[in-house]
Amino acid sequence: MTHTGRSPKGPPDPSEMQNVIKMRETPMLRLEKLVKTYKTGDQALKAVDLEVPSGQVLALIGPSGAGKSTLIRCINRLVEPTSGKVWLGDTELTGLSQSALRRARRKMGMIFQEYALVERLSVMENVLSGRLGYVGFWRSFTRRYPQADVDEAFRLLDRVGLLHMADKRADELSGGQRQRVGICRALIQNPELLLVDEPTASLDPKTSRQIMRLICELCEERGLAAIINIHDVALAQRFVQRVIGLRFGAIEFDGKPDALTPDVLTTIYGEEDWEATIQKVEEDEVAAE
Amino acid sequence: MPVYETAGSPPIWRRRNRNQALAHWAMWLTGTAIFVYCWMQISGATTWFFVWDAPRIAGDIWDRATPPRWEYITQLGRPIWDTLNIATLGTIIALCFAVPVAFLAARNTTPSRYIVRPIALLIIVSTRSINSLIWALLLIAIIGPGVFAGVVAIAIRSIGFCAKLLYEAIEEIDETQVEAITATGASRWQVMAYGIVPQILPAFAGIAVFRWDINIRESTVLGLVGAGGIGLQLNASLNVLAWPQVSLILLVILAAVVISEWVSAKVRGAII
Repeated sequence: MTHTGRSPKGPPDPSEMQNVIKMRETPMLRLEKLVKTYKTGDQALKAVDLEVPSGQVLALIGPSGAGKSTLIRCINRLVEPTSGKVWLGDTELTGLSQSALRRARRKMGMIFQEYALVERLSVMENVLSGRLGYVGFWRSFTRRYPQADVDEAFRLLDRVGLLHMADKRADELSGGQRQRVGICRALIQNPELLLVDEPTASLDPKTSRQIMRLICELCEERGLAAIINIHDVALAQRFVQRVIGLRFGAIEFDGKPDALTPDVLTTIYGEEDWEATIQKVEEDEVAAE
Repeated sequence: MPVYETAGSPPIWRRRNRNQALAHWAMWLTGTAIFVYCWMQISGATTWFFVWDAPRIAGDIWDRATPPRWEYITQLGRPIWDTLNIATLGTIIALCFAVPVAFLAARNTTPSRYIVRPIALLIIVSTRSINSLIWALLLIAIIGPGVFAGVVAIAIRSIGFCAKLLYEAIEEIDETQVEAITATGASRWQVMAYGIVPQILPAFAGIAVFRWDINIRESTVLGLVGAGGIGLQLNASLNVLAWPQVSLILLVILAAVVISEWVSAKVRGAII
């Protein structure tokens, strides 16, 4: 993978230090005063500033309608931001032309709540569709993908344990299997950043855990940064390195998962008895292992 | 408010309140009055002698038309083949035009909502609103009588029908699949090929077969105005009052329609 500079083990050599310093200077993703106002007048995002360093997995929590989905979609411009800037490395995304935007989107893999697989295509076609940004129209239309892409698709399917399903149609799969295919489709883009929108909201608790674990493991393996929208606070606390709390389109909390106290959750979500939610983490951990 | 509360007794619920009930009753009264009035008008304008005479005439024609003139079937092979070709070619040509029109007309794929979409909708409405028999009359005047005029008439009539059903299917697709393909950095055409086409393919196949089925029925009458097919024979036989031939032609048309229904049911079953 491209992020060879991110191995925490062994004595740091000078070039690696250089990389670390460089990463400090230009975070992989930087949002500057990002605003989104919908035509209806709803202000979904109010001048959000956020920096995500390379390789960091962060969870975005907040009540429904807080702007989590909008935030993620403004980054790859599935939703056009009203104002503000989005920097992916050295590229500013909001001003890009359509073709430059397509090239930039290849660097951002996206995973969806309802999996968003093309239901009537096979698992393999769905995974390979992650390469569409790299392959010309006719090659993709006739499904003649480069052999390297096909090899990578098989490797990824093997990694998520779905190699035997490659020829099945996507609508024959269970929820957890579909989400794994969705993960493969995002990873085959060879992205630097994963945008993950409610990956577990349609899954049962056990599959949710497995999927979250898989996403975080893969991010670790590949040195990927990820922004994960998630409703399940306990699940977020368990897997991520940083939590951002969004409320009414503004960041209310930014910190380590264990800094999420009942008071913090009250600021994000409103008044409720939060003790159970937070305690649940340790109990579940024992139960799941 | 359909709930009435009176002190001391449980609330009463009615389906309609007083005003709604009155309006409902008035509506029925008006409807009935209009019906009775129309009945009387129609009755006054009807020559009842012909109506009372109808069963006798029908019986007379039935006697003349049976048995069908079976040996005439040797002359019907070519016309029924023409009819099938008119329907099939007409449907294929119509689909070639209907697909782009549908993409231009669907709200989520049209390149411009205020210029291109209204034009596409106009094409749909104008081709749909004129019966294929009238298209055939026009086309015979322009390109002369024959099978080709029939094919074009069927094709034009079908464009609007297919495009309308197809654009509705396009508007009903699951947008998250399109989003997912867009997010990979795919081009506009790739998004169409991967995000949209697989979703509308079953609808497309269903529409194509359904329209082909309709077109077989429509093309049987095109010959009445000289646009080829079995209708030519039907017209000729009717003109010389050759009732045994007419009955045979009707039987052949019935058989063709039954077979086309069976084929389209099979195809639809295979796709969905």
